[in-house]
Amino acid sequence: MTLATQQSGIRVRGLTKSYRDLEVLRGIDLDVVPGSIVALLGSNGAGKTTLVKILATLLVADSGVAEVNGFNTASESAQVRASISLTGQFAAVDEILTGRENLTLVARLRHVADPAGVADELLTRFSLLEAAGRRVATYSGGMRRRLDIAMSMIGNPPVAFLDEPTTGLDPQSRTEVWDCIRELAGAGTTVLLTTQYLDEAEQLADRIAILHQGRIIVTGTLAELTRLMPPTRIEYVEKRPTLEEIFLALVGDAHPTHDPRGADSTGAD
Amino acid sequence: MSTYLADSAALLGRSLRHVARSPDTIITTAVMPIAFMLLFVYVFGGAIDSGTDSYVAYLLPGILIITIASGVSYTAFRLFNDVKSGIFERFQSMPIARSSVLWAHVLTSLVANLVAVAVVLLVAVTMGFRSPAGPLAWLMVGAILILFTLALTWIAVIPGLTATSVEGASAFSYPLILLPFVSSAFVPTETMPGPVRAFAEHQPVTSIVNTIRDLLNAEPVGSGLVVALAWCVGVLALAVLAAGATYRRRFR
Repeated sequence: MTLATQQSGIRVRGLTKSYRDLEVLRGIDLDVVPGSIVALLGSNGAGKTTLVKILATLLVADSGVAEVNGFNTASESAQVRASISLTGQFAAVDEILTGRENLTLVARLRHVADPAGVADELLTRFSLLEAAGRRVATYSGGMRRRLDIAMSMIGNPPVAFLDEPTTGLDPQSRTEVWDCIRELAGAGTTVLLTTQYLDEAEQLADRIAILHQGRIIVTGTLAELTRLMPPTRIEYVEKRPTLEEIFLALVGDAHPTHDPRGADSTGAD
Repeated sequence: MSTYLADSAALLGRSLRHVARSPDTIITTAVMPIAFMLLFVYVFGGAIDSGTDSYVAYLLPGILIITIASGVSYTAFRLFNDVKSGIFERFQSMPIARSSVLWAHVLTSLVANLVAVAVVLLVAVTMGFRSPAGPLAWLMVGAILILFTLALTWIAVIPGLTATSVEGASAFSYPLILLPFVSSAFVPTETMPGPVRAFAEHQPVTSIVNTIRDLLNAEPVGSGLVVALAWCVGVLALAVLAAGATYRRRFR
């Protein structure tokens, strides 16, 4: 409701986190401008989820500073939690409750004025009205994800974390989720999205940050990242480098994919 | 504080719905103790000299303890599912008092176990159990059972938070279910060999069972009541501390 949050977004400086001897995050610097979508791109085990969990106050960093919506995640965790929503890797919905009951529960926990009304509005907006009275156990993967994201939107928290929101979804559900995320950002929410799907980052993100071996090795818009590729190759086909090629070149992966379908093959089957 | 209560109420409503929508969890909780009660009264009972004229009345306190010991494993089960499905993390990332998530599960366990205890009591009455106890004695019995349920439920929270499989989450309850067998619940401890008798007479179930039995028989309880309450409160306090430590190690 206030404008106090406008210059905040997300600010991370020198964040480190280790699990015993394993250094997961080795000095993360990251800025997310309010109202923008930043995609955090990285392979499995790059530390994406660890970073999101620290920002969502579920984990404590070993050192460094993380601020969300102007609040320090370590010392002002309650204010941070009031400012965020978290959509984890698996749709965190209650399978025994109905879709409507899930939304009403979160609305009550967020202390919104009219939980039932909020639930109805979201059910309509996310095309879940018909299934509203059914137990979530009967929902498809895409419906669960939509419900999951609808639950995240209750109370309009200014910052949303989406950790691999389309992992395991079929292409159609994936498009539905992308629309949800665009709608979130369109309403002014700051979105930090993690993904291992390169086309997802291309489709959604204003800026892309590439996380590799515990560090963010590059951030920029897609156009900026494209320019990082040295134009040394002579090609007979007019072709701009795909984001996947940029990613692999920057990461220095020793095993580039030879699959001609490229990014489309990463999450298939 | 008022939001703490409102949050806990919302979460309690949620997990009570879980219980109401899977009444089998209450039935399965009550079935085993009822089976034990039938077996001991109608099969072994004739060969057991409990020194009383009503064996149902003699073993009922132990049966109630077994009911609760098996019932609390559903708390571990439900909590494990919450952690696994990610909804636990969702609640943890929301602006609510974090402990209210655990308390909602604990209070749900209390409600579900009291219902199961009531079912077992009804079966005992149909098997001929009668009690001369007055309202005050019944209240005391209720208070002991509530404290005992809370203590065991907080123990159940620990595997619920840490288990890596459903089986692991509920396996902790087996020793708790067996504990009444090595106590005064089914046979007088005087009939047991030395070391077993020493264990039986100094473990919590014996003092709790003896106190409940005295209360239901309208007999004076003496210092046994204090010992029983001390066991319940002591185990409860330790379990809450251990569960809190487990929670902090696992989630912060």
